[in-house]
Amino acid sequence: MLELKNISYEVDDEGGHVGILKDVSLALPSDRFVVITGPNGGGKSTLAKVIAGVKKPTGGQILFDGQDITGLNITERARLGISYALQQPVRFKGIRVIDLLRIAAGQELTAAQSCEYLSRVGLCARDYIHREVNASLSGGELKRIEIATILARGTRLSVFDEPEAGIDLWSFQSLIRVFEDMRKSIAGSTILVISHQERILSIADEIIVVADGRITRQGPREEVLPELIGTPSAMAGCEMLQERG
Amino acid sequence: MTEMIDQIQKRILEEVADLHAVPEGAYNIRANGESAGRRSTANIEITSKTGASGIDIRIKPGTKNESVHIPVVLSETGLKETVYNDFFIGEDSDVVIVAGCGIHNCGSQDSQHDGIHRFYVGKNAKVRYVEKHYGEGDGAGRRILNPGTEVYMEAGSSMEMEMVQIKGVDSTDRVTTAELAEDARLVVKERLMTHGSQSAVSVYKVSLNGAGASADVVSRSVARDDSFQKFDACLTGNAPCHGHTECDSIIMDRGRILAVPQLEANDTGAELIHEAAIGKIAGEQLVKLMTLGLTEAEAEAQIINGFLK
Repeated sequence: MLELKNISYEVDDEGGHVGILKDVSLALPSDRFVVITGPNGGGKSTLAKVIAGVKKPTGGQILFDGQDITGLNITERARLGISYALQQPVRFKGIRVIDLLRIAAGQELTAAQSCEYLSRVGLCARDYIHREVNASLSGGELKRIEIATILARGTRLSVFDEPEAGIDLWSFQSLIRVFEDMRKSIAGSTILVISHQERILSIADEIIVVADGRITRQGPREEVLPELIGTPSAMAGCEMLQERG
Repeated sequence: MTEMIDQIQKRILEEVADLHAVPEGAYNIRANGESAGRRSTANIEITSKTGASGIDIRIKPGTKNESVHIPVVLSETGLKETVYNDFFIGEDSDVVIVAGCGIHNCGSQDSQHDGIHRFYVGKNAKVRYVEKHYGEGDGAGRRILNPGTEVYMEAGSSMEMEMVQIKGVDSTDRVTTAELAEDARLVVKERLMTHGSQSAVSVYKVSLNGAGASADVVSRSVARDDSFQKFDACLTGNAPCHGHTECDSIIMDRGRILAVPQLEANDTGAELIHEAAIGKIAGEQLVKLMTLGLTEAEAEAQIINGFLK
């Protein structure tokens, strides 16, 4: 479904180029749940942005269902069927939750349909659909609304950048159920999640470790996860909470 | 709709007053400097001024859930007028007043409407005031609106003003003054978008004179192309009171915005706050909406529509 060929992403820094992604090659087949983990600053979020079209790679090629999408912009990729949930959700003055869900769905949604997406991410929908997506919402609420927009899109490839961040009060079990439902409801869909969370890693079909701009390990969960347990690349929930303080 | 109204005027009335037919309740429609229809009701009396252009609107004390529509349309090029409308709002009444002015100018001469509205709001009366401005027509003549609004609020009264100017007015110089007695409450929501080489100046002078008076003046605006906006809000607290003013603006293209906040406290019990923010559309907002499938232009339109809603 998605193929990255020799992707590099360099930025200009004092005294020369700095490689954020270095010759990353990767093939994701259909109907997979793939988790990317690895140390902070290793290039994971940049990789997600390169897939969504938010950042243009400085080298390499991206194929989606065999089509070269390297030169396509964010909108064109979104319309082909790529969704991207941001790590830091965005606030909008005057745009309501229901407006955002309608834009995501690409059609008019009834209040009942919108409520369905919100209740799947654990929000009591009636309290939320007419609220503005502004500073009155907490980081955790915004994060769940962000996930609900991806559900409303229902595309074949969904990329989530640290979906668990900020949703401490919502059980990880619910988040995992969202991913499982997505896979069931969209035939052949692939979900790519960036996460350090052991619970999320433990439902992956495949795990990819990205460090220092390169893929350092890739393989089935059964093989990769045991190597990661106890490292920062696979944290238990309570450790994460402790780390955030 | 009355027979004196032609198709162009009819459309403009829809823009500025949401009027598709003769409104319910009291109304006065002014078209090209002349009265094109008027109705008084048992509780709301509209009369022409003598010696000056304009009308007096008298609302009896205790009038509840009634409305007054007083739209103005100009469709002749070169028409310039100054109109004085005075509202006497009786004690304990609860009414909606819809004003609005639309200019259609296809000619080469400037069309100008300067509307001076004075509101005398009686004790414990409640008023909701909606005012929309709209301009259209591709002539070289400019469309100019200079509204002056004076509000005198007696004890315990409240007034909510919604002022919207989204399109087509080339030049606006707006001055709004308000004087509030004890426990009076004023809320102003201004929505403004300028484009082309338009210029819009909005000045507020609000005096909180009575204990417990409160005012909340909020302006949201967008300046596009080469347009210029000035928002000048001054709150004066002369008694223990609450005042808040906020100017929140999006700037685009080569637009320019000047925000001039002024707070004057003449009483230790006066609590006054001003907030002002000017900035372009955040890149991450565009990115988010584009990841949902909108083009950059569609995303921009959504963000602005939401902001000005």
